[in-house]
Parts: sequence; C-alpha cells; structure tokens
Amino acid sequence: MSDATSRPNLPPLRLHVPEPPARPGEEANFDHVTVPPAGEARRPAADAAPADFRDLAYGLVRVLDDDGRAVGPWDPRLSPDRLRTMLRHMALTRAFDERMFRAQRQGKTSFYMKCTGEEAIAVAQAHALAPDDMCFPSYRQQGLLIARGCPLVDMMNQIYSNSGDKLMGRQLPIMYSEKRFGFFSISGNLATQVPQAVGWAMASAIKGDTRIAAAWCGEGSTAEGDFHSACTFSAVYQAPVILNVVNNQWAISSFSGFAGGEATTFAARAVGHGIAGLRVDGNDALAVYAATEWAAERARTNQGPTLIEFFTYRAEAHSTSDDPSGYRSANEGAAWPLGDPIARLKQHLITTGEWDEERHAAMDRDCAEEVKAAQKQAETNGILGHGMHQPFDTMFEGVFENTPAHLLEQARQMRDEREAAGI
Amino acid sequence: MTDTIVSAEAEAPTTPRMNMIQAINSAMDVMMERDPNVVVMGEDVGFFGGVFRATAGLQAKYGKTRVFDTPINECGIIGVAVGMGAYGLRPVPEIQFADYIYPGMDQLISEAARLRYRSAGEFTAPITVRSPFGGGIFGGQTHSQSPEAIFTHVAGLKTVIPSTPYDAKGLLIAAIEDNDPVIFFEPKRIYNGPFSGHYDRPVQPWSKHPASEVPAGHYRVELGKAKIVRPGAGLTILAYGTMVHVALSVVEEQGIDAEVIDLRTLLPLDIDTVAASVEKTGRCLIVHEATRTSGFGAELSAQVQERCFYALEAPVERVTGFDTPYPHSLEWAYFPGPVRIREAIKKIMKD
Repeated sequence: MSDATSRPNLPPLRLHVPEPPARPGEEANFDHVTVPPAGEARRPAADAAPADFRDLAYGLVRVLDDDGRAVGPWDPRLSPDRLRTMLRHMALTRAFDERMFRAQRQGKTSFYMKCTGEEAIAVAQAHALAPDDMCFPSYRQQGLLIARGCPLVDMMNQIYSNSGDKLMGRQLPIMYSEKRFGFFSISGNLATQVPQAVGWAMASAIKGDTRIAAAWCGEGSTAEGDFHSACTFSAVYQAPVILNVVNNQWAISSFSGFAGGEATTFAARAVGHGIAGLRVDGNDALAVYAATEWAAERARTNQGPTLIEFFTYRAEAHSTSDDPSGYRSANEGAAWPLGDPIARLKQHLITTGEWDEERHAAMDRDCAEEVKAAQKQAETNGILGHGMHQPFDTMFEGVFENTPAHLLEQARQMRDEREAAGI
Repeated sequence: MTDTIVSAEAEAPTTPRMNMIQAINSAMDVMMERDPNVVVMGEDVGFFGGVFRATAGLQAKYGKTRVFDTPINECGIIGVAVGMGAYGLRPVPEIQFADYIYPGMDQLISEAARLRYRSAGEFTAPITVRSPFGGGIFGGQTHSQSPEAIFTHVAGLKTVIPSTPYDAKGLLIAAIEDNDPVIFFEPKRIYNGPFSGHYDRPVQPWSKHPASEVPAGHYRVELGKAKIVRPGAGLTILAYGTMVHVALSVVEEQGIDAEVIDLRTLLPLDIDTVAASVEKTGRCLIVHEATRTSGFGAELSAQVQERCFYALEAPVERVTGFDTPYPHSLEWAYFPGPVRIREAIKKIMKD
C-alpha cells in the first residue's frame, strides 16, 4: 500500500458499491424505470440485421396499453381462444404456486419457489414456441411445463420426492426434468443451462433439424461467465437459440445493480456481441408472445440468436427460504409500474368483450380445484420426510450407465450399515 | 483382467506403425466414419488440425460442421458439448492443455458428470474431453500440469490415461463409445516416443516400440482394465501415462524383479489387478508426475493398504512431483525421474 499522503494533489479513489433505490422502511421508488407508451417500439422485419435495431435493446416493447387495448406493430393478433388459454395457464401456474407454497409451509416438502408476477414470461413463451422446441429453463419457468400440458401430479411428485417422483428423490424440489415436454433438467448452478442451450441449438443446426432451443436465466446470473460464453458461442455460430434474461429486479437480496443493471440494460449485452437484442415488458403477455414469436422466426430461418430481456418484478420471496422484508421496501410490489401480468391480460380480454368477471372467478375456482385434486393424488404417493420413498440401492444407480465395482462395493457397505442399524 | 479386446478387423495382415498423435487421430477418424453423431471441436482443431496435430485432416475429411474451431472459452466448449450431448450428438471436445481445463470445471463437475443421475437417465452427457497433460517439454507452470486426481474425485466422471499408441487408440475409441463423460488425458511428453526419464539422452521414436503397431480399423481397449506391462515377483509398481516408461527403464537399468502395472483407467480403477499383484509381491511403489498431496497416489495407497495390509512387507511408497508449481527452468529437478524412483526402490526393498 502506498502512502496516500505522498500525492496530496490527487483525490482519493472511491469504490462504488451499488445501493437499491429503497430499503425496508422506505417508500418504494421506481423513478429510474422509464415506461414508454405501449405500441411505440418499432417492429423490424424478422430478417433485419441486428445492427439495424440496436435501439430496441434500450427501449421496451409493449403491446397492452393502460386501458387493456393491444396496440402497435408488435400486437401478435392472437385469437380470443388462444388468449383465454394463455390466461388459464397463467392462472393455473399461480394456483399451483399458492398450493405448493402452502404445502412447504405445512412441512410436506423442504423447499419451493413461486413465480408470482412472472407468469406471462414462461406461459406466453411456451405458446409462441413450437411444442418440440427445446427449453433450458432456470428455476422460475414452471409455466413452461404447465402450458405444455405436463400433468400437475408429476410436478408435485417431484416436489414431494415421493414414490411417484421419476427423478427418484434425487433433486431439490422444483428442479424438474421433463424430456417429453422439451424441458431440460434444471441445475442449481446458475446459468450453466445457457451455453448448453446454445450447444443443443448448434447440434440441431449441424443435423439440419428444424427445432430451435431457448434458455432462461435471471438478470443476476447474467454475471456468470457461462452467460457470456453462451453469448459468444451463439454469435460465432449463429446458433438457432433464444437467450431469455428474466430481469425481475432481485437476485435473492441483491438488486439488479450488482449484475451491472445501473450502467445499462441487460438486453444491451446483445449489442456487444452483435446479436439481435430486445427489451420487453415481461408483464405484458402479448408483448412476450410477440417478441418470442419474432425471435423464433429469426432462429428458424437461420438469422441467428436473439437475446431478450424481460423486464418484470419478483412479486414474492426468492424461495421459501427467503424473507424479502429484510432487504427491500415493503410496498415495492404495489408500486411496480408494469402491473400484474394476469390482471393485464384479463383486462384486455374484458376490454375486447371476450371475457368477464364471472368467467374469471369461475376459472380461478376451476384452477384451485384442479390443483387441489392433483395434490390429493400426489400425496397418495407420499410426502417428503414421511418414510423412505426410494429403495436405498437406488442411491447408487445412474451415477454411470453401468455401475462400476467401487460403487457396488459401497452399496454393499450401505446395506450392511442399514442392517447393523436394524433398518 | 488385463486382456485387451481386439476385433477381427484389427488383425489385418499389415499393421501400420503410428506414434501416439497418429493413433489418437486415427481413433477420431474411425469413430467419425462409423458414427455421424461424433463431432470434434476445440481451439485450433479445425483447419489447422490442432496445436499438436491430433485432429489433422479431420475437417477436410468430415466437413466444417463436424470438426470446427471454437472460441477460447473452456466453459463454453464444455457447456456447448453438454447441450450437444443432450441433443443426441457424441461430442469430442479438445481442451488445448490440461492446464486450461479449470474454467470448464463447473460444466464438467456439476453438469456433465451429474446429468444422468439428476435426470434419472432422461439426459446424458456422452462426451469425451481430450486434453494433453503432464510436463517434460519445458512448458512452464501453465503447460505442464497433471490435474487427473481432481477428476477422479468427481462422482460421474471417468478418467483415462494411455501410455502407448496402441492403447491410446483403443482407449479413445472405447471412451467415445462410452455413454458417460470421460476425461481423456494424453501424456504429451510421449506423443512422439516413449520416455526413459533420461532427458539428456536422445528420444527414441515410437516406431521402435512394439505398441506402435496400431491397427488401421476399429478396436477397443476396454475402460477400467489395467495392464501388467512387466511381470515380476519382488515389487509392484503402479504408474500411468509417461511414468510407465520411466518406471520401466529404471527397473530394467537396476535389474529389479518388479511387476509394473499401467493403470490406463484411473476411474473406474482396476483394483483387482493391483491387489492381486501386491498380494504376490508384498511391496507397492506408486509413481505419478502430479503433485504429491491429495494426488491419485494417495487414493491408490489407501486402497492398497485396505486390501493388502497383511501382505505388505514395507510401507507403500509414493514417487511424485513436488507440491510446487511446475517450474520452467527447474523442470528436471521437479520431474519424478530415475533418481527419485531409484531411491524409493532402495527404500522399499531395504528390509
């Protein structure tokens, strides 16, 4: 360390440590968030060069205006039936989250993560992608599975690590793997799935396939090297992939400033890589759908990757192990300027005469009943902590395709151990 | 236990002679020809054919979408390979030097190695990561390391190290055909010829070694099988890669009745072949180039004691690199060469 006093003519250096606009006990503040009018963002042709629409990485693609009307060039012009199905999938996702959150609080499982406030992203994207496009999700995209028709009982079996869990109780709750629904095994190590999605997309291109890949990570984990590896590889090989960044403002207790959000947008990561970048209102199901459909068309026609930042808000805790009252303003959720995704799509359908309060209430009741019935069925397979649902020997299965001698030896040791313990 | 399985093809009348690089190149050539899902990628492996020439000619033969250069990004190389494996390809990524593999560790340990288990077999990672390792070429501390023990510590990874051209090809084919991730470390000091450990003597080319007779076609050397390269009764020496040849030359020079075992695969380990030998000889010397503390020798030593304690007539001895970075100018003082091995043999044979 040099002696600071030896250069009295220079100002001392200062380290900038980001601080969110509001902490507990303070009024929520979203003055830093610019919300442009819906319909304002231009929609480039799907074969436009990324350099021709760099501005879209700094704006915000929005379709639903404050009155619930769909406006502007990004309106995907979906049929009312499609919109009602999307609304139902979002409501079902929320009902599922409510039920599983409560199950965790009742001690039926160890852990749960809700996606409240972010339902439009996974659900509308699942509707915009082809059913066999491959998804490499993070941990808050349960809406993909629900929209693709994964049985709720199967999801719950996994959450309970019970005898019906096809992952054999090996994974933390919500870390699903559903190959039949094009849903890659979720990893707890963040952003690892992003280069994997690029690799899957490269493989699809190598094979002359028509399927594309999509990856999801949070704004916080864009700081991981894996994210930047993925961007580089996707750009170099023009991989048919959509890289989704779900910017829900918070990575556990760290606000987006700790991922670089003070300096620029997350969509702007695309600009440096020379790939297509969009910044989208993540609470606007129509904008989410339209952006995904556009990016999918680019990927499918060999126009390369698209990085989409979905601007949204994590309305609840990070997980059942987290308490946001310890680090963020209590009224942030209420003050969030982009509203609630379900309420906004509902308003749109009502505005266009395709929906009403009665039908919405009935749908909510249906969703709650469907989830309740699934839960009842799943619990017949057991809940976590009540008995051992997997035979002990399964611990040693699947480490390798064929179990080698040292693992067989350890399996014998475990059996002896259980015997000695009288279990 | 120690037999290699040779297909009929391999017994063709004229067997070409290859050095280790040519044998490795031939393994990839054979596999790319047989399986359209095999792809080769890595830094400089495409048009140029690799800094050690291991992929020479493959891009010209199989095209740019099956053999291609990658960004200098090991995390991305392994991560992309995992995704390709999930699609159904059989990627063979090259990490240019084992010293560069560390940025890819999370993708190897938490992803490739765990994918089969965590998805209950829905997704697998049939990847073979090739990487030149070890010193003795004046590579300095970032082109000389032997990180094999790190990988043997990871549940779900296999670690393979050949010591001859014949084994290199057969093991690499078996590794590529394996449905689990395999780390395939190539001892670069012996790419062009076996090494006696006497750095001041001329290098012998592989062409004078019987294991340079490498069949042109497909054959496998099964993973998980050690090979007794020299039978003996007085002492068991466990080695792999370059050190097999160094140990052999010391044994021959000293006229010791040692049984030298080339492990070939560190995980899964052929402990039965090792234990049978130590039971017979009563003495066990372990030789590796990697640093000593928590090196693979520690694991070998523990397993030998667990199984052969009552047959041992002397403590298990380890000859290894020192627990320092690989020093550029002092390379030959670091390398566990003939002097260190000779002294250890004296010690273990004393009583």
